[in-house]
Amino acid sequence: MENEKQLKVSAIKNGTVLDHIPSGQLFKVIDILHLSECNNQITIGFNLESKMYGRKGIIKIADRYFADEELNYIALVAPNATVNIIKDFEVVEKKKLSIPDTVVGTVKCGNPVCVTNHEPIKTIFKTVVKDGKVQLLCHYCEKTTDVNDLTIIRNSR
Amino acid sequence: MSKSLISITDFSKDEMLHILDVAAYFEKNKMQSFLSGKVVASLFFEPSTRTRLSFETAANRLGAKVIGFADTRNTSITKGESLKDTIKMVSNYADLIIMRHPLEGSSRYASEISSLPVINAGDGANQHPTQTLLDMYTMRETQGTLENLCINMVGDLKYGRTVHSLIQAMYYFHPRFIFTSPNELTMPEQYKEFLRQHEIPFTETDSLVGHLNEADILYMTRVQQERFTDPMEYEKVKNVYRLDASMLRSVKSNMKILHPLPRVNEIAQDVDDTPYAYYFKQAENGMYVRMAIIAYLLGYK
Ligand SMILES: [Zn+2]
Repeated sequence: MENEKQLKVSAIKNGTVLDHIPSGQLFKVIDILHLSECNNQITIGFNLESKMYGRKGIIKIADRYFADEELNYIALVAPNATVNIIKDFEVVEKKKLSIPDTVVGTVKCGNPVCVTNHEPIKTIFKTVVKDGKVQLLCHYCEKTTDVNDLTIIRNSR
Repeated sequence: MSKSLISITDFSKDEMLHILDVAAYFEKNKMQSFLSGKVVASLFFEPSTRTRLSFETAANRLGAKVIGFADTRNTSITKGESLKDTIKMVSNYADLIIMRHPLEGSSRYASEISSLPVINAGDGANQHPTQTLLDMYTMRETQGTLENLCINMVGDLKYGRTVHSLIQAMYYFHPRFIFTSPNELTMPEQYKEFLRQHEIPFTETDSLVGHLNEADILYMTRVQQERFTDPMEYEKVKNVYRLDASMLRSVKSNMKILHPLPRVNEIAQDVDDTPYAYYFKQAENGMYVRMAIIAYLLGYK
């Protein structure tokens, strides 16, 4: 019975559940999906206990499904996050995230003298994976930004 | 979108060699008129008299008219006009844009918003591809070939954009590199990794005299004071990396000294009178190479 009560608070009938987001990256994920501009019902859990990841975040967005390209941007900040597609309270699909080849908009170039930080230009990066580390190569200044230092551009769409 | 030259990697090996051949033709035929009726815009958002004069003379020697500005004083840019608006406006007037700008990536951006070919004359510390092509032209002119050269790069290998671009361009021609620099200014890992991937041999040293006698090309660069956090360290390095005529006694007879200029302390005046000094001719070559690039991008050569 207790279990059922918990479910009533957090379960959604239809929509998307993002789980296993490291707590420190939760707000970056919110910005990547532009959830602050979203009118759907959203439940956000922060600093939840997780056996696997220490403290995790979880985001449940009712009545909304995202394109794979949009979801894959999450892999830049939370590669181990899971995506569950919910229909009629059931998980109908589990998606695995993969690092996108190109990243358009969304992320700021880490080079302070890059033209994209001074003119209203949409950023474009190529992702480069080396020794398991992901870096973003700027199409404009040709410098790389480490994914651990990513700044997400809010309202970039 | 027209073909532009923003990074040296925008040109294939064949295109680079084609530019060098056309430049050699222009060196023998310095006055041309086939661009009469064309207008070249020379936009220097950051002053560089040397580079600007080289480009503008090149355009003039092809018969083109030149418009533009040498710095942003007395322009609407100081009133806050965006780069996009300046480029859009100039694109209505001219046939080709030459542009230097302190922000990195600015020329790439300009080439995307303009319908005209854009030549990058330097975007911050990022790229300066016409310098690379004139370096290659000079190497081929002095050695008769670009193949199998031993190139000793000296000075600021960490921040020097000319040495980085030169590595990206020369890897086609089986070179061997010697990287001579103080410990603070060594070649960045990404370029060494690039060379390892392409199995191009290189040696690193902090001794200027140590490998002088192996080189076909001695590529000197400026060691700038502002790169050092400790001024004492700069004073030490400045004197260690100073080439003078007495150090050249046993170098290879075909060896030539290149320098992107301006030099400060790196090369003593007495080197100018040796048969190895080639940096002034190198600067002159820049004009022929820029003529070739302008003509190529406008579809003439
Ligand atoms: Zn950038």
